[in-house]
Amino acid sequence: MPNKGQSSSEGYGLLAPTLVVMGVALAAPLLLMVLTSLQAQSGPGFAAGWTLDQYGAVLGRASYRLLFLRSVAISAAVTLVTVALAYPMAYFVAFHAKHKFIWLVALTIPFWTSYLLRVFAWKIILGYGGVINSALMRLHLIDQPLGVLLYNPFAVVVTLAHAWAAFAILPIYVSLEKIDRSLLEAASDLGDGPLRRFLRITLPLSMPGVIGAAILIFVPTTGDYVTPALVGGTQGTMIANLIEVQFNSVGNWPLGAALSLVSMAIVAVIAGLFLASARAAAKAAR
Amino acid sequence: MKSKTLRLYAFAYLAFLYVPVLVLPVFSFNNSQFIAFPLSGFTTRWYGALAADSVLRHALSNSLTVGIVTALLSTMLGLAAARAVTRYRLRGAGAALGFISLPLFIPDIVLGLSLLMLLGAVGLPLSLAAVVLGHLLVCVPFALTVLIARFEGFDKNLEEASADLGEDGWMTFWRITFPLMLPGITASLLLTFITSFDEFLVAYFLSGTEATLPIYIWGQLRFPERLPMVLALGAIILAVSVALVIAAEYIRNLGVKKPMVGA
Repeated sequence: MPNKGQSSSEGYGLLAPTLVVMGVALAAPLLLMVLTSLQAQSGPGFAAGWTLDQYGAVLGRASYRLLFLRSVAISAAVTLVTVALAYPMAYFVAFHAKHKFIWLVALTIPFWTSYLLRVFAWKIILGYGGVINSALMRLHLIDQPLGVLLYNPFAVVVTLAHAWAAFAILPIYVSLEKIDRSLLEAASDLGDGPLRRFLRITLPLSMPGVIGAAILIFVPTTGDYVTPALVGGTQGTMIANLIEVQFNSVGNWPLGAALSLVSMAIVAVIAGLFLASARAAAKAAR
Repeated sequence: MKSKTLRLYAFAYLAFLYVPVLVLPVFSFNNSQFIAFPLSGFTTRWYGALAADSVLRHALSNSLTVGIVTALLSTMLGLAAARAVTRYRLRGAGAALGFISLPLFIPDIVLGLSLLMLLGAVGLPLSLAAVVLGHLLVCVPFALTVLIARFEGFDKNLEEASADLGEDGWMTFWRITFPLMLPGITASLLLTFITSFDEFLVAYFLSGTEATLPIYIWGQLRFPERLPMVLALGAIILAVSVALVIAAEYIRNLGVKKPMVGA
């Protein structure tokens, strides 16, 4: 039998390669990003000395503030819509479906094709000569194709709610599936109707899945680049599009770095507040 | 009554998920370069055009290479790390896990750009190797999640019994641990491969002149006349992925029967 010290050094040895890779590919680049955000672009290089100018520009310019606000608002809407649409679906699979496994496979198959093309498909559906407009014209409900379906925040929300659906369905399904069925029977035996039973037992016990889904969707969608670029138009532009422009077209890396870090901080604060309030609500309900 | 409404909703939701995806195969067989209704007859010419495109073949082979290397590396790293946190009582294991999972909470654009800056600072060229490094960030947390779940549902006594019966560590690994972990390893390889194969933004910043398949697709989306061909590509990716998932499920069932999930 190996002694304790030896075996824990073995454990650290197993953990080390992953930590080294993450240190090189994650920690060092993020540190560099922080350092870059404290500099100023001067021609192809950086000016000498450290400065907080970039943060002043990021927080001071109204157009940037609007973009942050819009990104957060769009992601919040996406999160709400995706979770609200997915909950009844997950509930159906967990409590009413006969062939659960087939349902789960059927629900995940649409996510096994290219993300880019799934997003692009919405351009075809919402577009001028697209699926919705041709159907409405065929039914003589409209004479002219509707131009309002595409290139706006609404299109971004619908597209992202579709693209991230699996991230809501699966965690909610798992938490519903874990609920002890005898609790539901007990509630019924004690006289709760279906609605009261749902509100008192099922919904609170499935909250971990709902909260997990919300975080899993909110955090990455705030930084989504592809969807606003393809279906957002000028009104649906989000923060990632602005960051990309700073790096690729404008060539102002310090500003791009500061925009990245501020948006990460905003997302982290919102996600943290959300988790803390969810935890507080769970405590109060107990 | 209520369950009937719910069933109706479930099918409506399924339609919402499937309609956009079915647009790909439908228009890939449509005999017109315009992606609009009404459809104008059946053709397989877009698939022929795909087969003839050498840029596409190059991008495909780049994506396969990156996907396979990323899947193998992230699964090996995940396997070692998952074993470390489930088999040893390590101080700071929670913090290490948090650090490894951090990329899940960072937008892909930030992961890609910060790596781009690092490569620039140390003077390394953009390359497929850089893309693999970026993809490891995204894939290792997935591999770790899948593999930890598998290690936790695994009877430690089997390994101890093997050791008691005189097998050395290496033989125990090959005869007990590896077969029992195989379903988890398969799931991890599949998940990380698909994630890498489909990843666009990180690769977009790090690949330099070597396009991966999503970068190729992104480039094509700007040319309306190329679209039917791109949709044909999407239809093929969908068909192959579905076949892969079914094959993986089949392999999983060949392995050790795992206890039924849930009630």
